[in-house]
Amino acid sequence: MKPVARHAGQAQPDEAEVPTAQFAGAVSARVAGARLAGLFGSGRADGSVHLRAAISRRGVLEVVSCSVPAGRDGTTACYPALTPAIPAASWYEREVADMFGLRPEGHPRVDPLVLPRGPGHVAPRPGSGAVYSDRPHYPDEAALPAHVSGEGLFTLPYGPVRSGVFESVQYLVETPGEDILHVRARVYHKHRGVESRFEGMAPADGVLLAERVEGVAAVAHALAYCQALEGGATELPRGALLARVLHAEMERIANHLDSMMRHTDAAGQAVANARLAWHKERLLRLRAALCGHRFGRGVIVIGGVAGPPALAPQVAIGALADIEADVRSDTHLLMSTSSFVDRLRGTGVIAPEVAAARGALGPVARASGSEEDLRTHRPYAAYGRVEVPEHRYRDAGDALSRQLVRLEELWGSFRLCESALEAIAACPVEGPWAAEVAPAEGVSWGWAEAPQGELLYMVEVEGGRLRRVKPRSASFHNLSLFPEAFGGDIFTDFAFIEASFGLSIAGVAG
Amino acid sequence: MPWVTRGLRNGVLTTRYPKRADGYGHGWRGSVTTSGAARATLPPLVGCPTGAIGSGLSGAPTLDRGKCILCGRCVAERPDAFAFDPSPEVASVARGALVVPATEESDASVAEARAELAKRARRLRRSVHLRHVDAGSDGSEEWEIAALLGPIYDVHRLGVFFTASPRHADILLVTGAGATGMAGPLLATYEAMPDPRLVVAVGTDAVSGGIVSPSYATTGGVGGVVPVDVWVPGSPPSPFSILHGILLAVGLLAERGQP
Repeated sequence: MKPVARHAGQAQPDEAEVPTAQFAGAVSARVAGARLAGLFGSGRADGSVHLRAAISRRGVLEVVSCSVPAGRDGTTACYPALTPAIPAASWYEREVADMFGLRPEGHPRVDPLVLPRGPGHVAPRPGSGAVYSDRPHYPDEAALPAHVSGEGLFTLPYGPVRSGVFESVQYLVETPGEDILHVRARVYHKHRGVESRFEGMAPADGVLLAERVEGVAAVAHALAYCQALEGGATELPRGALLARVLHAEMERIANHLDSMMRHTDAAGQAVANARLAWHKERLLRLRAALCGHRFGRGVIVIGGVAGPPALAPQVAIGALADIEADVRSDTHLLMSTSSFVDRLRGTGVIAPEVAAARGALGPVARASGSEEDLRTHRPYAAYGRVEVPEHRYRDAGDALSRQLVRLEELWGSFRLCESALEAIAACPVEGPWAAEVAPAEGVSWGWAEAPQGELLYMVEVEGGRLRRVKPRSASFHNLSLFPEAFGGDIFTDFAFIEASFGLSIAGVAG
Repeated sequence: MPWVTRGLRNGVLTTRYPKRADGYGHGWRGSVTTSGAARATLPPLVGCPTGAIGSGLSGAPTLDRGKCILCGRCVAERPDAFAFDPSPEVASVARGALVVPATEESDASVAEARAELAKRARRLRRSVHLRHVDAGSDGSEEWEIAALLGPIYDVHRLGVFFTASPRHADILLVTGAGATGMAGPLLATYEAMPDPRLVVAVGTDAVSGGIVSPSYATTGGVGGVVPVDVWVPGSPPSPFSILHGILLAVGLLAERGQP
């Protein structure tokens, strides 16, 4: 049987380059009726920085770019900020300031975000090819800038070392004692310099690093990265596209189960927590049985997948059905346990207007009125050929809605795994499972709907080597919305709100 | 009430490890090992992405598990020289012993390190408290450590507990490549722990920095920040591997006379 020819690559966006002075105007003109999906910097050897703003309009990606020249005589290069017109750009501009040393003129508050900028800070400027060997960054632990002022208010630094087994992040909670007035997240503690690490790597090695940018969403990262390199004109084997769907959906199930576990942990639902932990462990073991790795690493390669699922499709379908039946029964009981549901209802509300204005992503957006899901809006892999179950979005915007959205997505993912496995059963085991692909030169974009939401990769290849790779995880974008969720919530709600966002800090800090 | 019956529905799911070997673990990647057949041949030209493959004195290939991220490239390219070993018992008390095949020198250093560890661990007996610190992980190690508290692994049955306060902690589990931003908080946590205290580096990133290092923002493993007693390779290590590392630290396995 010959591999079915198919247009598998992702349609590449057009890039409109404008002069620096018109950048902010051009971007805000396009963001109207759309959403800002990210701001991607790329350093150049001459000291300039190429800035690209990605805008998502009803599933179509548009890119506006400008080149910011190096500052003359050692002064800081600057460009007119996007943030005054587009609030969603705030974190991106802070990140660009940290990484490239650019000053966004007119940005209300350029606090350090991914690097603790201190006196004499030298920006890593990824993409410029400069070997960066600045002295290590040791943040000033005593610095606790406050946004809110008033009598009896203080800033409580929660983290970076937190109680329990969590990733390191610091939340600065401004409070008079019980109510949370304002929260900010500082993520630079665990900044690893991943973007600079990509520079100069062979594209095939880059997959391994992409899998570790946000380890719990390894498949989604590898997928978005590879799809960028595969360009718009590649034909991949049908089995590979189906296997990509299978592993991506297994990852979604694992992440959604993890988010629910965190909710039950916060609510002190010990039995529910233990049961969900059991289901999650069974799922990770099933993933390992299918591909040799509990997190699906090594499955996605440029041009396809490493090989067929190691289990017979019917066996895997049976194992998944067993897990699904138990998860259904336990979550049904959980969602009818009022002491649990009451903790989520009305907690951490992100109003639909806020979500739309800030361009929220993933389950957070779908609990606040958005219907966007890349699997149906910008389909990739085999999502166009297996039916993606329709999800009911919610619009209450609270932690309960996010939980309900995740639950429904869970059932959808189980269906998708099943259909993918059934279709894989019809594919010859001997393959082919991957096509020869020469990575596209120049800039290309890749995306995937990670469990956390839309994941974007900008990949620049020069002379067969990676010149600049910029992953933009949904965790980054959604964490910037996190402070918006605290309208009248108190300390004990914190754990629920955090769990309901379901983010990974590794993907934020870079 | 419904939760009570729900909790009893499936009986005991917990593993008997370390009393008995657990059946799970076979069929996936625990570690990469060099095969005896290749000892005499020259090292193959394999594109190891983390530089874990070297050559020993006789020219035979060696593999540093502390740098290996288990991508399996060497196993695919040279199945005659490299193979996956499904055993999850990969932790070691000596960094040098993570290099396979083992040399006589590393055997001696392992014995020495184990004796030293056993001496300190004897004072921690019965119930130990763990504190975890993330020093730049990719997020997956946290899932695997958290799994130890679930019903399958349930470390409480072994007298191992997690604590929020470093003041109550005997063992520090550190994950991540050693992000420089975490150096201060990590050291502060370590210094807040009472003596005797032990450090377990969890994951290839924590051992050597993995594929994330070298980088301007990491120290290439956590050994540059805190003194490490037990090394657990893996990307990420499975819960069994982490448990193996913890048990080595507690000295429970030293008692059995097993690595």
